[in-house]
Amino acid sequence: MKKRTHYDLLRAGVGYYTALGAMGVLVLIGLAAAFYMEHHGHIVTGMTNEIVWGMPHVFAVFLIIAASGVLNVASIGTVFGKTPYKPLGRLSAVMAAAVLAGGLSILVLDLGRPDRLVVAMTKYNFHSIFAWNIYLYNGFFAVVLLYLYTQMSQDFRVRRFYKPAGVLAFVWRLILTTGTGSIFGWLVARQPYDLAIFAPMFIALSFSFGLAIFTLLMVAMMRGDERPVGHALVARMGRLLGVFVAAAAYFTVVWMLTDLYAAEHRSVISYLFASGNLYSWLYWAGFIGLGTIVPMALVFSSGARRSHAPVVLASLLVIAGGIALVYFVIIGGQSYPLVLFPGMEASSSYNDGQVYSYAPSLPEVLLGIGGMALAVAITLVASKVLHILPTTLADADVDPHLAAEGEVVEMKKAA
Amino acid sequence: MNRAGDAGRIPLPHGVNANDKAGGKMRALWRRTILALLAGVMAMLSGMAAQAGDIAPKVPIDKSKGSCVLPGDQMRREHMKILMHRRDNTLYKGIRGGKASFSACLTCHMVKDAQGKPVTIKSPKHFCRVCHDFAAVRPDCWSCHKSVPEAGDAGNQAMLKGFGSGQVKGRMFAQLRDFVQEGRK
Amino acid sequence: MTDPHNSHEHEEARRNNGAEELDAARRAFLRNSAAAGVVALGGGLTLYTISGEALAKKAEEPLDPKKRWGMLIDTSKCTSGCDKCVEACKKENGWEAKPGSRTDVQWIRKVDVKDPKTGFLASLPVMCQHCANPPCVDVCPTGASMQRADGIVRVNMHICIGCRYCMMACPYKARSFVHEDIPEERKRFHAPMGKGCVTSCDFCAHRVDVGQIPACAEACPEGAMLFGDMNDPESALSKRLREIRSYQIRADLGTDNGIRYTRLP
Repeated sequence: MKKRTHYDLLRAGVGYYTALGAMGVLVLIGLAAAFYMEHHGHIVTGMTNEIVWGMPHVFAVFLIIAASGVLNVASIGTVFGKTPYKPLGRLSAVMAAAVLAGGLSILVLDLGRPDRLVVAMTKYNFHSIFAWNIYLYNGFFAVVLLYLYTQMSQDFRVRRFYKPAGVLAFVWRLILTTGTGSIFGWLVARQPYDLAIFAPMFIALSFSFGLAIFTLLMVAMMRGDERPVGHALVARMGRLLGVFVAAAAYFTVVWMLTDLYAAEHRSVISYLFASGNLYSWLYWAGFIGLGTIVPMALVFSSGARRSHAPVVLASLLVIAGGIALVYFVIIGGQSYPLVLFPGMEASSSYNDGQVYSYAPSLPEVLLGIGGMALAVAITLVASKVLHILPTTLADADVDPHLAAEGEVVEMKKAA
Repeated sequence: MNRAGDAGRIPLPHGVNANDKAGGKMRALWRRTILALLAGVMAMLSGMAAQAGDIAPKVPIDKSKGSCVLPGDQMRREHMKILMHRRDNTLYKGIRGGKASFSACLTCHMVKDAQGKPVTIKSPKHFCRVCHDFAAVRPDCWSCHKSVPEAGDAGNQAMLKGFGSGQVKGRMFAQLRDFVQEGRK
Repeated sequence: MTDPHNSHEHEEARRNNGAEELDAARRAFLRNSAAAGVVALGGGLTLYTISGEALAKKAEEPLDPKKRWGMLIDTSKCTSGCDKCVEACKKENGWEAKPGSRTDVQWIRKVDVKDPKTGFLASLPVMCQHCANPPCVDVCPTGASMQRADGIVRVNMHICIGCRYCMMACPYKARSFVHEDIPEERKRFHAPMGKGCVTSCDFCAHRVDVGQIPACAEACPEGAMLFGDMNDPESALSKRLREIRSYQIRADLGTDNGIRYTRLP
């Protein structure tokens, strides 16, 4: 019979305050960068009339995609009933909200007129998927709050709704990620975008980025607080991560092959995927190599069952590969010139017909890092004031079957 | 003071609890003080409202260019409402020029500097800044809008020439007055 | 101001004394005057006539939703070095752009096009196409990117939050983001633009609303740009569109542009 999970507050020791302090400093630097950009105008950034979305959007879109995937961990426990994931539900919900908050804060601070945020929240154009996304993001916070409430409430009558709340959260975040993908997929103007596959591709990416971030932060916090984390559990999460990164890579390959087949899009594909420029490197070496193949090798290795290190390293690589892919999608996609006259070479004072170049500037990168630090900071603070971190995630405590699995492996090795 | 029954009660100074008989006089004193203070503040506020015309700065206006749109007090209160209404009319319906156009505001309220050139928003003598600096409310308009009238501006010229029949002007003014008074959009 | 081309052709026709030449000259005169016929009134106001009918709208009247403003550009008259339309727009609307600048505002530009397989060259002005199905209006989260009832597409900069999604969505690269404060000297009263908002050609709405035509159309020395009401079958623009085959840039996108070209490379 599975033991009941106990949750405890994170201890406020030296490690906690150091980590929180470091995140706080990064957040403050990010805020300063945002103020600098707003005061002087976007002329101080690398973003131009050609590459209108830059590093802040790379970080923000990455975090927003990942937030949806972080909540997936809770869904695996609630909606799909997998026992080892059930103790992770509360942390997953809180972390999802924190990561989304981090991503949205970057997006909002990069606006040309961030002082008009109230306008953005009161005037809606419902033809725009962007406007729908604003509703979906705010609703995500509400749904996560509801979900957390049903998990944490002392009142059994509220806890009864834990599964419906979990299903609502699962469906909501599928819609949200479809919306995020459609921001790109519904742009007829741009050759690399304008494809229906963006929505499911973003969903697959969300699963992989989210699980990677969750595993990393969870192991870091548990071990930092000296709480046991089972090897079999982490290995199992690692193998799931392996499946998710394979699925994500599959969707990007389908994107590439579809475009390759249509003569209309072929020049885009050869430019992005095959021309040896920065974008090709980011995709093949960054996303496929470092972000897919190496992590899969790590998580499916035998070493993953004996130690946390392979899975933790794999998560880090998936995150790095993920940021490379989002850079590839957002900036690579914009760098391909708009085609006004198909088949022709164009030139003008407005740089028609040329590949658009982009060089990230320091304020943009600092703002992006600040947003990621905000996500971690919120998670740390929440773990300290709310009972969301399990006291133990040792295999035997989480799921006896898991422990048995581990034992079987050990016995075989001994024999 | 911290008894179980006190949970939720705002702690009052010593001697004012309901159970404290000796606090009767204290309570009366408190009541009188608070009432006196309230009365004083209200008197001050109403006095200030009545004297708003005395302490608020006078917005410069050249009355020789035409008659005023609205009396000064009303304009002070309602000018943003009028501006936004006119703005939406211009943007969505293409209605321009006339008595209460932006161009007319800048022309009638124009302040000239020593060289005879109209001052821009950079100078504290600009008619918007005369009041807005005093009230410490920063208007957002001037990051985009030009703050002096533009020579050769078709709408401006048309207005200055008194284009259109008096009927049209009168109708527009009546509409504006109705809008302000009845809040119709 | 009279159009030198008009008087020249009329003179030539009279000199030749042939009926066909005179007819042709008359047709040419009417065509040109339709594009650039000017009646000067006093006080710096000019009223442009299109086939004798005034554009009629007075400033204080609301726009007519039955109209749809459009323009036909005769690209056979465009040469690669000429950018009078661009200069006129700059002067009218107060933007400046160094060639090749990536952050300066540009409302209109001349695009030089070359067919790499045949060497064919062409040059044409490209600005906001004032689509009937504008992707930029669809994607704006606040509705700042708007389409007026008479077809003019523009940005309501009072509610623009500067997210640049419309710039991602526009197939014609028509929109520009204002990357820095515009100095007071350069501001134009009728084209407010500010740091942090997106701006684009608005068909000189401030001129159209008082019965004039856009600055670019007025400035073209060849009379290549014909502005008018596409919904009025009797307007000069509609008549010309019936006579001559016209094309939209990227017509396959289905945006139904208000700007049409007689020849597209």
